[in-house]
Amino acid sequence: MAAAAGEVRLIGGWPSPFVLRARVALNLKGVEYEFLQEKFGEKSELLLRSNPVYKKVPVLLHHDKPVCESMIIVEYVDAAWAKSGQAILPADPYERALHRFWAVYIDDKWFPSMFGIAKAQTEEAKAESVEQAWAALKLLEEAFEKLSKGKAFFGGGTIGYVDIALGAYLGWAKVIEQMAGLKLFDEEKTPLLAVWAERFCAHEAVKEVMPETEKLMEFAKMLRGK
Amino acid sequence: MPLRVKAPRPLLPTEPISPPATKHRERSIWMAEGENKGLVLLDFWVSPFGQRCRIALAEKGVEYEYREENLRDKSPLLLKSNPVHKKIPVLIDHGRPVCESLNIVQYIDEKWPDRAPLLPADSYARAQARFWADLVDKKMYESGTKLWKLKGEAQEEAKKEFIEILKLLEGELGDKKYFGGDTFGLVDIALVPFTAWFYSYEACANLSAEKEAPKLVPWVKRCRERESVSKSLPDPLKVYEFVCFLKKVYGIE
Repeated sequence: MAAAAGEVRLIGGWPSPFVLRARVALNLKGVEYEFLQEKFGEKSELLLRSNPVYKKVPVLLHHDKPVCESMIIVEYVDAAWAKSGQAILPADPYERALHRFWAVYIDDKWFPSMFGIAKAQTEEAKAESVEQAWAALKLLEEAFEKLSKGKAFFGGGTIGYVDIALGAYLGWAKVIEQMAGLKLFDEEKTPLLAVWAERFCAHEAVKEVMPETEKLMEFAKMLRGK
Repeated sequence: MPLRVKAPRPLLPTEPISPPATKHRERSIWMAEGENKGLVLLDFWVSPFGQRCRIALAEKGVEYEYREENLRDKSPLLLKSNPVHKKIPVLIDHGRPVCESLNIVQYIDEKWPDRAPLLPADSYARAQARFWADLVDKKMYESGTKLWKLKGEAQEEAKKEFIEILKLLEGELGDKKYFGGDTFGLVDIALVPFTAWFYSYEACANLSAEKEAPKLVPWVKRCRERESVSKSLPDPLKVYEFVCFLKKVYGIE
């Protein structure tokens, strides 16, 4: 569905998983939008004006009205373009509660442990983060089984809220896997998620906007060099 | 002779407190008739997160069973219902648990959409409500806790941080009746339980929330005039007693 020029703009940075969430949601709904790439290391005046509280990307501007926080943007996109594409959140209140619960879990528990692997200064600290990340993925594997009901995604037949929450991290997960020399989405430990990860990255709403692993690796190296 | 096992010491002040459960079991005018009895709220009296759920349920006039948890000896039901975090509050709806307070409030709103809407109808306004409720979640509890847990320099830093948050919220409220405008809603519910801690923050950290964010004062009064809030929030003095008890437990002066 074409949006009028300037109607939908997304302020973001290509490496950010949080920005990726917003892009996937907009793609799922077929919304045309202008991507305003922030310059690395500098925050634009528009960003600072649109998100004065956190001064972070992503920020969705719909008719110039800002929406901040990635999963809030996803939920907003789902509601604002409810008539387009498939629903991102399920209709049933209980299922919605489950999706919201796991999205928060992914951000509060899984992301820090995954990030912890990259930040770890010692082998011990790294091993601890790896164990935590795997433990979290085991829980998510169970959640996947329950929510997917035998279908391809957490959202069932189509990409849903939890898919977006977790899937957005897959680019960086691959970088960390390479840098740390291990598999996070391990076919033996979490077989369902290992398959899901490939499927998510291959989805047409995702593949164009998921940053390439090599580019992210370069970016990571640059960050480390700083 | 039966073996007498000493019950673990609960995290409660020594004198008995009238549990909120009795208030909710009263058939007051805001309770709907014939509501399903399959709702159980696992909670802890002083928890602002639990209070959010109580307020939401009361706003909707929904009957439920309140169960006080002993956080030093969590019930098997709690551990089974929230295996991931093992925390209260948990709302169990006919055996199905919903965890995380803001999640529970939204669930309650979506399950009973026919009355007392807690979120606005407009999707943009809803996004704003979620943003501010999320901010309260991210900032208030941690920052508030620092006020009574820390001393000296660290406490001064915590005070600055807390005042910033209050001013931010004050700015967002502006001259509106409630955070969402004319209707009491998600952000009010997210924030108002922390107002029962203002007395403790003043006593422990010499921080008067009323002085730092005076525009919040009429909002607090307005919220407390709602039966759902007045029946769900604890007496600030009882909260202070609890804080003093915790300080003893943690060995803080």
